[in-house]
Amino acid sequence: MSALTLKELNKIPVRLASGHRLCAGCSESIIAKQILLGTEKEVVVACATGCFEVSTTIFPYTSWKTPYIHTAFGNGAATCAGVEAAYQSLKRKGKVNEDIRFVTFAGDGGTYDIGIQALSGAMERGHHMLFVCLNNEAYMNTGIQRSSATGKGASTTTSWAGSVVPGKKEFPKDLTMIMAAHRIPYVAQGAPHAWKDMVQKAQKAFEVGGPAFINTIAPCPRGWRFASDETIAISKLAVETCVWPLYEVENGTDYTLSAESQRIADGKAEKKPITEWINAQGRFSHLRDEKWAPVVESMQAEVDKKWNSLLKLCKL
Amino acid sequence: MAKDIAINGDAAVALAWKQIDPDVCAAYPITPQTIIVEKFAEYVANGEVSTEFVCVESEHSALTLCITSTSAGARTFTATASQGLAYMWEMMPIAASMRVPLIMAVANRAVSGPININNDHGDVMAARDCGWVTLFAENVQEAYDMSIVAPRICEHHDVQLPGLVNLDGFILTHAIERITPLEEDAVRKFVGEYKPLYPLLDVKNPISHNLMDGPLFYFPHKYQTVLAMESAYKVAKDVLSDFEKMSGRKYKILEEYKCEDAECVAIVLGSSFGTMKEAIDQLRKEGKKVGVAMPRLYRPWPVAEIAKLMKGKKSVIVMDRHLSIGAYGPMFPEVVAAALENEAMPKMYNYIYGLGGVDTMVSDFVALFKEVESGKAKRVNFVGVKE
Repeated sequence: MSALTLKELNKIPVRLASGHRLCAGCSESIIAKQILLGTEKEVVVACATGCFEVSTTIFPYTSWKTPYIHTAFGNGAATCAGVEAAYQSLKRKGKVNEDIRFVTFAGDGGTYDIGIQALSGAMERGHHMLFVCLNNEAYMNTGIQRSSATGKGASTTTSWAGSVVPGKKEFPKDLTMIMAAHRIPYVAQGAPHAWKDMVQKAQKAFEVGGPAFINTIAPCPRGWRFASDETIAISKLAVETCVWPLYEVENGTDYTLSAESQRIADGKAEKKPITEWINAQGRFSHLRDEKWAPVVESMQAEVDKKWNSLLKLCKL
Repeated sequence: MAKDIAINGDAAVALAWKQIDPDVCAAYPITPQTIIVEKFAEYVANGEVSTEFVCVESEHSALTLCITSTSAGARTFTATASQGLAYMWEMMPIAASMRVPLIMAVANRAVSGPININNDHGDVMAARDCGWVTLFAENVQEAYDMSIVAPRICEHHDVQLPGLVNLDGFILTHAIERITPLEEDAVRKFVGEYKPLYPLLDVKNPISHNLMDGPLFYFPHKYQTVLAMESAYKVAKDVLSDFEKMSGRKYKILEEYKCEDAECVAIVLGSSFGTMKEAIDQLRKEGKKVGVAMPRLYRPWPVAEIAKLMKGKKSVIVMDRHLSIGAYGPMFPEVVAAALENEAMPKMYNYIYGLGGVDTMVSDFVALFKEVESGKAKRVNFVGVKE
């Protein structure tokens, strides 16, 4: 692909039609379109069960203008891997001649929780496929229940903020690092406001010649409790507060920061306090109560610790 | 026809699939299926097949990969048993509703708990409602032959359903028997090329596979699989007839042994059919008018054949190697329902036997026929268990 300009990107066919049933302000279709702009080649899309799947494929309609397949919830990676295995076989036998790319979209439930086994297996086996996690930090499709990707302090319908509990008690699992530890060719974190960064990462991931994983922060107006026109601003805040740093890991060892995260590391941009992240979202509104100040402090400490650790990895 | 060989059931299934040379195989090891996967991996290692062989991290992924690989346009097979089939269960009805004609061998084994590695039909019976064409083998030759027959039935465009080939764990999987294999060319010619209707990898004609159905569509879509399964009955008859022409081996939808003039018939699945035949011979020597039958095709359930078999019989014994706790063995109510097709009902008894691999001998089968004759049989009986 030539230089990454809007003019050039505009020539790539749109594979996800508008008119799908995602909520107003949902970031998932934005992210999916950015990812799919990462290749001009034919692409097969697989989905795990979740918001994105149900909203784009309600029979007798489909939003997909490219081959699409779904089977169940916990097996998004295996769903894609089976198609890729068939492709390897049929290409070898000359029964399929096109150069095809493969991508799976799954939510954080279908990635961090029920989907982790199939994901780990597919990545270890080296299928030529990209797995994209649309991480909206909870089970949004079933009504905002906590997952292992949910941030500490978030109120969800299974980790309510109550009089004695300040929302979710645990920090989220660091799945991006778990995938990096698989030492696959390409792992990255993306955020939809940083569209150019996302498309570039998708381009790399599609052409890496092996398994790739991109974890994307997917702001959810319904679950995070913000207005539907604030999606992109919330995405930006996730990066500016270092809650969601933008970086990539090549072959499990080469760490590189990008976009605002690089600018923050270089001292060219401000690292915003966690309170800006907390105050922008209704799911954290209870944390403004003075009695939960230690929770807020622990959240800031965790962000700082992880950010400093990432900076060290990027310098190696 | 190739020379006779000595081979166990698992290796015979692997041999059949080596001769078919599928595009993809994704599998996960579980006793007593392991030899199938190991032998096939050996064929892969030596370049004797062109298959993309994927060693997955679980049975759930094994079946998922097989479903989507078949959807993509590749002929695909796998094998499992017991807990493996249980772990696959979520994907079993999805395979049928996605209309993928993948084939899976099941080395029938008891389902935990307690954990037990030996034979019964608990695994396949828990999967019987999922929409898979289901075949049973009596011996190693049949395990081999059914493996060759199954793709022809399931891939037929009037069927397009996944298929199970059952062989009893250890009793067949690990028993070395003499079989007459077919020539590889003959097998490939018989099975033919896989011609998928809407392959996902036809990227110029993009199709979305497995969408979400509301109530308006879910039920009608389920009904389509009912019709497909009905078609499988006729297709199976034709394919078995073609197989006879090619191999000289005659198979029927319902296999019968000395049933014609029998007053009492037993119905049994799998390797016990052979043991039963021996019991029938012994009882016949005593002048008892008895016979035994085995539904080779368990799904679709051959109602017409079963009803015809029971016509005019005094009593019917249904042998179940599994049980629905709190009810009957799984096959019993289905046989009773088939009897409704006739004007008169025979006396019907259910015998649960051989769970967890407990041996059921010729003498056990002889004894239960006599129990029925003497009027001492209960509706549901547990062979060899002190009640």
